[in-house]
Amino acid sequence: MIKYILIWFSLVFLGACGGNSEPKTQEEGNKMLEEAVKEGEKKEVHGTEVKEADIQITNPLDAKMVADGQSIYDSKCLSCHKLTDERIVGPGWKDVTKRRKPVWIMNMITNVDMMLAEDAEAQKLLEQCLVRMPNQNVTVADARSLLEFMRQNDGEK
Amino acid sequence: MKKNRFLVVGLLASLVLLTTWFSGCKPKGGASQAVSGDAASKVYVAPGKHDEFYNIVSGGFNGQMGIYGLPSGRLFRIVPVFSTFPENGYGYSEESKAMLNTSHGFVPWDDLHHIALSVTKGEHDGRWAFGNANNTPRIGRVDLSTFRTTEIIEIPNSSGNHSSPFITENSEYVVAGTRFSYPLDAEGDNPDVAIDSYKENFKATASFVRADAPGKMEIAFQILLPGVNLDLSRAGKGPSKDWFFFSCYNSEQANTLLEVNASQKDKDFIVAVNWKKCEEYAKQGKGKVKKVRYAHNVLDEKTHTATSTIKTEVIVLDPRELKDIVYLIPCPKSPHGCDTDPSGEFIVGSGKLAAVIPVFSFKKIQAAIAAKTYEGEYDGIPVIKYDAALHGEVQKPGLGPLHTEFDDKGNAYTSFFVSSEIVKWSLKDLKVLDRVPTYYSIGHLCVPGGPTSKPHGKYVIAYNKITKDRYLPTGPELTQSAQLYSIDGDKMKLLLDFPTVGEPHYAEAIPASLIKDKSLKIFKIEENQHPYVTKSEKDAKVVREGNQVHVYMTSVRSHFVPDNIEGVKMGDEVYFHVTNLEQDWDVPHGFAVKGANNAEILIMPGETQTLKWTPSRVGVVAIYCTDFCSALHQEMQGYVRVSPAGSDRPLKFSTGAKKKAEDPSASIKK
Repeated sequence: MIKYILIWFSLVFLGACGGNSEPKTQEEGNKMLEEAVKEGEKKEVHGTEVKEADIQITNPLDAKMVADGQSIYDSKCLSCHKLTDERIVGPGWKDVTKRRKPVWIMNMITNVDMMLAEDAEAQKLLEQCLVRMPNQNVTVADARSLLEFMRQNDGEK
Repeated sequence: MKKNRFLVVGLLASLVLLTTWFSGCKPKGGASQAVSGDAASKVYVAPGKHDEFYNIVSGGFNGQMGIYGLPSGRLFRIVPVFSTFPENGYGYSEESKAMLNTSHGFVPWDDLHHIALSVTKGEHDGRWAFGNANNTPRIGRVDLSTFRTTEIIEIPNSSGNHSSPFITENSEYVVAGTRFSYPLDAEGDNPDVAIDSYKENFKATASFVRADAPGKMEIAFQILLPGVNLDLSRAGKGPSKDWFFFSCYNSEQANTLLEVNASQKDKDFIVAVNWKKCEEYAKQGKGKVKKVRYAHNVLDEKTHTATSTIKTEVIVLDPRELKDIVYLIPCPKSPHGCDTDPSGEFIVGSGKLAAVIPVFSFKKIQAAIAAKTYEGEYDGIPVIKYDAALHGEVQKPGLGPLHTEFDDKGNAYTSFFVSSEIVKWSLKDLKVLDRVPTYYSIGHLCVPGGPTSKPHGKYVIAYNKITKDRYLPTGPELTQSAQLYSIDGDKMKLLLDFPTVGEPHYAEAIPASLIKDKSLKIFKIEENQHPYVTKSEKDAKVVREGNQVHVYMTSVRSHFVPDNIEGVKMGDEVYFHVTNLEQDWDVPHGFAVKGANNAEILIMPGETQTLKWTPSRVGVVAIYCTDFCSALHQEMQGYVRVSPAGSDRPLKFSTGAKKKAEDPSASIKK
């Protein structure tokens, strides 16, 4: 706390009347302010990370998961993602399971803040779509059902 | 720490320099001299950092609560309780209108004076904030996980609900007392009588409202009292937890020119109520059931919709018959504040016109009742002898004492309106320890946790009635203002002025840690049970029911479904039921339609809200999202086509439809 007052005084007072500044203090002050601002800007990361080893991919498709996935899709995904290759807000889902690994897809759903912060492919998509993929409050189990629904959409049996 | 010490030395040195330099640069302002040099560091909350306390502040005549952070004084949110709020559609949306229903019909504006935060075992628990409507008597509950008004109950047989909504030790009851006595006949009606028949006909009531079950507020019982003006109140705690204490003025029972006629007597009363006993008597059927009409309004969290129910009965207890429920304690000169200390042993009365602050002892009150040390009766109620109830008086505290809060070190802080100051005094020996000026004319004051069994100390906040020269002027109407003082040390120190909305009366402050982690982030779309919810774009539709057109609409970044609607006709009432499909924190969407005679709506993630619109002319009308939601927010728009009455144009709706065959009416003919 103490450091902020120095910054405050050096910026406000010296800045206001413009006189008598000691560069050392001013520089130090500016640096401290930058640090304080940077610290403040650190975003909380919500979401659950999914590890590759946790995902079981089996055939034939699990019919219940496909059905669950479809109903979650209707409510939480359909507004932005078509089942074709047409892009609306986000890319269409056709062939998404062929382009991306299951772990990528599931993290994009459950852990999107981390993906947009760290994953180059996710960042590329943000540049194209200009809308951050939202965290739609989907659990890991529901994300797995969505993946099953995507696999079915891509013609898997 | 070493670094800090170095900085402190440096800081002090620069302060000396700055003070000298500052005084040369600008003339000294009288009031600014009251701030000591390290004040800024004590209230500075760095960008992205959180405040330590929530300050929940009544908005007075705006009928709202303001939510501020302390020590920064930053305003986070305005919570509408008893007034409509165009910003988020409260009182305008079809869902919320019922919240403002009363036995007098829809009341769009009231006057909210006091806050009571819920407590468990006398300590803040962070569940609810209650507020009172002073004009059309009501009590409202704000849920502190959503910061929304979720329940309002009207108080029958009441007028000027001022001594409200103060709360008992385990949030069993919030109370309501009449500031304006009025005629009540045997049936509980307000008969047509002469105003100057006050002494024969006018009565006060104190109501106890069950508060600990959300959605189930009810008036457990009312106590019929002589026609005095009940002013403020506090529950006991610890040893006095079964009791409630109300201050009153106008024991003269004047009905005109009260500033003179209600200031005649040397003493008015503290009304001590044994609510536990009242509760027993009410359960035993010892009250009279009166026919009344009052509204109980509840917001359903699943349908996002409020309903209003009119109730018709109330139990009234008469202390002239039930002799051991109410006692009067003389209190000098029109008492205002009536505050109980953290231990529950002391009750502090503040006579607005008195030269002392009397401090009453709960033990002595009990002993006086046991020994019947009475000086007589007032309208059939025993009056305890002043000296028998008195612990002691704070001598020469200041002018115009109003309210008292407490810290965690055995000190009391009393606000003085006339001498415009806060005076700190010791509960132990009733000696004045310190005083600081306020700018100007303080009303209420607040210490975090100050009214509870466990005050958090650290600050006292003054809520002032006059701001005058403290801020940049804005015409005849100036900002309202609060002032933050540190009470860590022996001396109180002014740290900060901060503007407030409305006129702040009572406020409470609570550690942020008791609330912030419980904050609701979204409404789960799966749990939305609104009758007009649209849970998927697939289900979006427009349905005609006679002249009502219901639009089942979804919003997501950055489009509405549907966004093109045709077939609406003049004479139709259009209901836009907009569901926000987002499930991400902090992504509301707005909705507005040109020419709407009510307001816009703001829809939180997972919520459904309805805006009613009656088209006023034929033509094409734009709709759009009013909350900047995304990079393509400006594109989040659509059109509604309004055709003449009697047109046979069918309802048609779409989003993203490609233009098909040529429609002869599609282009404007010249």
